Amino acid sequence: MQFLDQPPRFLFFTGKGGVGKTSIACATAIQLAASGKRVLLVSTDPASNVGQVFGINIGNNITAVPAVPNLAALEIDPQAAAQVYRDRIVGPVRGVLPEDVVRGIEEQLSGACTTEIAAFDEFTALLIDSPVTDDYDHIIFDTAPTGHTIRLLQLPGAWSGFLEEGKGDASCLGPLAGLEKQREQYKAAVDALADGKRTRLILVARAQQSTLREVARTHEELAGIGLKQQYLVINGILPKIEAETDMLAAAIYKREQAALNAIPEVLKHLPQDLVALKAFDLVGLDALRQLLTDTPYQQHGTNESAIEVDKPSLSQLVDSIAADGHGLVMTMGKGGVGKTTVAAAVAVELAHRGLDVHLTTSDPAAHLSDTLNGTLDNLTVSRIDPHEETERYRQHVLETKGTTLDAHGRALLEEDLRSPCTEEIAVFQAFSRIIREAGKKFVVMDTAPTGHTLLLLDATGAYHREVARQMDKANLHFTTPMMQLQDPKQTKILIVTLAEKTPVLEAANLQADLRRAGIEPWAWVINNSVAATTTTSALLHQRALNELVEINSVAEQYSKRYAVVPMLKDEPIGVQRLLDLAAG
Amino acid sequence: MTKTIQVFDPAMCCSSGVCGTEVDQQLVNFSADLDWAKQNGAQIQRFNLAQQPMDFANNKIVKDFLERSGQEALPLILVDGEFALAGRYPNRTELSRWAGIVAVTEIAPAGGCCSGGKCC
Repeated sequence: MQFLDQPPRFLFFTGKGGVGKTSIACATAIQLAASGKRVLLVSTDPASNVGQVFGINIGNNITAVPAVPNLAALEIDPQAAAQVYRDRIVGPVRGVLPEDVVRGIEEQLSGACTTEIAAFDEFTALLIDSPVTDDYDHIIFDTAPTGHTIRLLQLPGAWSGFLEEGKGDASCLGPLAGLEKQREQYKAAVDALADGKRTRLILVARAQQSTLREVARTHEELAGIGLKQQYLVINGILPKIEAETDMLAAAIYKREQAALNAIPEVLKHLPQDLVALKAFDLVGLDALRQLLTDTPYQQHGTNESAIEVDKPSLSQLVDSIAADGHGLVMTMGKGGVGKTTVAAAVAVELAHRGLDVHLTTSDPAAHLSDTLNGTLDNLTVSRIDPHEETERYRQHVLETKGTTLDAHGRALLEEDLRSPCTEEIAVFQAFSRIIREAGKKFVVMDTAPTGHTLLLLDATGAYHREVARQMDKANLHFTTPMMQLQDPKQTKILIVTLAEKTPVLEAANLQADLRRAGIEPWAWVINNSVAATTTTSALLHQRALNELVEINSVAEQYSKRYAVVPMLKDEPIGVQRLLDLAAG
Repeated sequence: MTKTIQVFDPAMCCSSGVCGTEVDQQLVNFSADLDWAKQNGAQIQRFNLAQQPMDFANNKIVKDFLERSGQEALPLILVDGEFALAGRYPNRTELSRWAGIVAVTEIAPAGGCCSGGKCC
């Protein structure tokens, strides 16, 4: 593996969720630790599963991994970091200031920007020399999904520029205001990121056209902000031998090889490694040790008896959705499980039945037009682009609130509107604008990856509390977006997952989070299932058997209402293939 | 000797308050006025209840004010530690008086009757 050759101190793994970057980051950490290096593995993913991979609880403190000498791990949980931050601010005045004042402060600090910034603060601390980081030869970051990663990494650059200009306390530094003393730390973090001798970025992808295109974009964006040392790892490639006996395997093999041949130009010059698809789930140390080796698949002697399990189609789920005549349908799940595909398939299936549908996405990495590749009567498609929405919001504020200001005042206002929270608010406003349409027709939303979705929902929650407080005073009847999300008559949440152990656990965690917010998911969709096909490939068959266990656990533990979507011979692009997908 | 103006803001998302779900016109204007006053040499400190609550708790006047009138009565403005204004933000004239800014060639009261200086 070239990316493991003479690794620098900091290694960042990035890529769309589900491509296996956690597994590869873990396998890398194990390998470096085995060679005698002291390694710290850090997850900045709001829905981290590094703990699951090693079978221990990690959390917000550096924790030694008992089974692997020299290895420690840390999960930066944005929510927990925000809580620590809140406690630091509120703790000293509890019992000193009036109780309702303290509550007001806490509420103000429960927003999206506090979360984002508290996590960012912890992240930079690991990139500078300190007694904590000095203990490690390598620090490996299993970063959050692409869009989020970019924002996370863009922040240090943007911020150190911001602080340098010394706009003083008029600038909106959010909850970090007054922490200007930390500017040295941010500066050092930016320097470390841009230094190829210290930092290597490993882009993780699958051999799929859309994923590779997205990786190419990530590559350019990150190179643009100074991360020039980049490697490419393409994970989960089906070995040629499987393609010789089975139609589905042959189609997958052909598709993957075609995608590899058509790899975007900008990725061609990067050092590249290929990792073969394994028959086992990448959970546990033995599996991870084998990930980066070329051991061919060995068929196990035991032939497990098939598990009886129902595999209802997506189109059966759509029957019940269509019955209500209108409403909001949201697909949720970790990045890479196929939320966009499932959302598009549901929308196409509804439109095909003559119902009015608006399909929209807030996922910065999604490309609905790619998936749809055509048009259909009754179906409109739109996208919530965070950049565009932020710009529109800024312009709106400048035009409505900035008219009486002089040039200097306007410049100041513009600067204020560059705060990290502005984007969250802008996206949230676009979001609530669209869900209002669901009273008349169907709105199908493919939401952003989990962490971001939760932040979005949190923004909705904070807004809900604010509106509720004001409306209560005025004694008015009201409906907020949050109330709409909590009403199963108006909103149906589809949790999308894959029939693999880790994705199912992640989906279960998401379901628990949603329930805490008073939202009950309506159904689960198990996407890209080999078990729903009739493969004869030994490797794929073994994976299908593994899948049945997971499908069974979904049916029994998590959701009585579910659908299984088969892995198709062709990529699910275009209206007809999406209809085929829904039919099962 | 320049006087020190202290502004005790209600709990806001950021130090200027120019963010949140609905941008408040008063805060936009005050942010600009404050910056103008600073450019003219005024000594101004701003405290956000959501970020620096200790500064509220440690100042007897501010703490008593909060207990008596509640956070709805903020902002509170002190000049050299003494009560000057509460319940609204000061305008440029008030800021000038407190800070002793004299050589004011052009006072464009932000948020007044003028829109872009055309009507009056």
